[in-house]
Amino acid sequence: MLNKNALKTLLIVVPLVTLAACKSGPTDAELEAEANSQAEAAAQQVADAKAVADAETKRVDVAKADALQKAKDMFENEKATLVAQNVVYFDFDQASVKSDFHSVLDMHAAFLVKNAGQSIVVEGHCDNRGTPEYNIALGERRAQSVETYLMNAGVSSSQVSVVSYGEEKPAVQGGSEYAFAQNRRGIVVYQ
Amino acid sequence: MTTWIFKFSSKQVTIAAVVALLFFNFQLKAATNEIIITGGIESARPIGVVPFKYLGNTILAENLSEVVASDLQRSGKFNPLKLSLMPQFPTTDTEINYAAWAQKGIDMVLVGSVESTGLNQFLVTFELVDVLRAQATGGQAKTLVNGKLVMTRDHVIEKRTKTINGSDFRQYAHIISDIVYEKLTGQRGAFLTRIAYIKVLDRDTNLKPFRLVIADYDNINPTTLLSSPEPLMSPTWSPDGNTLAYVSFENKRSQIYLQDIYTTSRTRLTDFPGINGAPRFSPDGKKLAMVLSKDGNPEIYIMDLQTRNLTRVTRNRAIDTEPSWTPDGKSLIFTSERGGKPQIYQVNLVTNRKSRLTFEGEMNLGGAVTPDNSQLVIVNRTRGDYHIAKQDLKNGDMLVLTSTYLDESPSISPNGSMIIYSVLENGKPALAWVSLDGRFSFKETVADGEVKSPSWSPFLL
Repeated sequence: MLNKNALKTLLIVVPLVTLAACKSGPTDAELEAEANSQAEAAAQQVADAKAVADAETKRVDVAKADALQKAKDMFENEKATLVAQNVVYFDFDQASVKSDFHSVLDMHAAFLVKNAGQSIVVEGHCDNRGTPEYNIALGERRAQSVETYLMNAGVSSSQVSVVSYGEEKPAVQGGSEYAFAQNRRGIVVYQ
Repeated sequence: MTTWIFKFSSKQVTIAAVVALLFFNFQLKAATNEIIITGGIESARPIGVVPFKYLGNTILAENLSEVVASDLQRSGKFNPLKLSLMPQFPTTDTEINYAAWAQKGIDMVLVGSVESTGLNQFLVTFELVDVLRAQATGGQAKTLVNGKLVMTRDHVIEKRTKTINGSDFRQYAHIISDIVYEKLTGQRGAFLTRIAYIKVLDRDTNLKPFRLVIADYDNINPTTLLSSPEPLMSPTWSPDGNTLAYVSFENKRSQIYLQDIYTTSRTRLTDFPGINGAPRFSPDGKKLAMVLSKDGNPEIYIMDLQTRNLTRVTRNRAIDTEPSWTPDGKSLIFTSERGGKPQIYQVNLVTNRKSRLTFEGEMNLGGAVTPDNSQLVIVNRTRGDYHIAKQDLKNGDMLVLTSTYLDESPSISPNGSMIIYSVLENGKPALAWVSLDGRFSFKETVADGEVKSPSWSPFLL
């Protein structure tokens, strides 16, 4: 064991010896070589770091793209689901949204709130009883009540527009009760 | 081209064709639409429309007297005697055996001839003969003229001779019908008029199924003015008969257009947010009443066609629609839900005072006033059935005129004698006609599509 004083002495002497050695030290060539090797090492280090960073960026990009694709797929899937159930039906000469259709409209609303860039047109349609002009007015009222429902559920007014086709575009031809019921409808059309 | 087939006499038509062939060389045409008389033939006045004799070798494109007989029949006021029942086929008054016709219960006989006078030129002569008067005078009446007794043939009510082009046969036949009709009823005939309507072809197989069509009043010579992938609605005539206003959804929303029927050039008149609908020209043609919902719900407006300035007529949270001008142009008739259900109201455009006109039935819609300002024609809903009805504007009496299914879009002929409207026939909208007295009606069955929103033109000559 060295005592405390001996350690102190060593701490002072060793650097001095080293310093002395340097003074009598390396040649210019040796110094150049030393510098070169140090630079090479540094460059290698930078290159290594860059490779790592690049790999990381790539990994993140891929992950991002994956996530984006996933989100897009989800959006399209969700949209497809909604497009497949985009019709609500009305009672004769009525324009209020029946409670049967609240849940489906809530789904549309949730989707539209989540996707503020998505816009829709609500079409209002009627059966062919009454006059074409009156039915245009009634169809607009139906489309507007769907619009109001969606807006009350948080959808921005800038996402929704309405158009009434009255009795001009029946889903089912003819004068049967079945045809009437199928034709009194509102349709949420994704743009 | 179309051959009209009358349901009540399909056998007679065959006989008629054979008889007619003895007098004419005429072409038989494929039947594309069929007409069914739904009632009222017994109340019409019998008349003898004798086939006009053809003096020539060429083939005639149209059969004049056949068109005249069809016109008179369609007016509901006349019941032309079937060819098979005619006692003889005279060409001029002098050839008529008055007693033989009187015996058949016929008091009026139309006779005539067509003579080929040159390349595509024909001399048409016709005489309208009062058989009973002729019987009374023996065909020779004595009248005092300038203090002297002269012989007259006053039983010949009308005699005319005119040279026409081969292409004008149908038009001239309508002119003859107008003359006969006016001479015998005192009312101007409306046979030389047109109709506009919307035709819808199969939407699954046609890229542009919606058609704006104009045709002669009897739906002969249809011409398509416009084909569209989206709905067309509400065609209506300008008072000069040159322009149609209508609604088009070609841009995926309703817009009102004006279209010249001769040049077919068109202009977009309105593009407001919401409904742009139900256009109707004022009687002077300077304004257009319309329905706009730009302020939230359907309201009646009047647009000055020169300045394009809008005047708002109604202000109500209920639906207001279907404006229609009274003949004097001082009021509008319109449909409003302000009382709960749609009923007909009138607004005085000077005082802006509004009054309710209809009270009978669950709903009344699509009102229009007859040219003589005496009747309101409406679509009436009673116990769930939609029929064309009229209401006397003086005493308020309402009379249902039709018994067809889902009647709508009534349009009155310019002489006020007939109403054309839309019915559901075999599940498809089709055209139907009813006389204003409700006694005579017929409908058309169309093979190749739906026909709706008919609009009768004003007088065109």
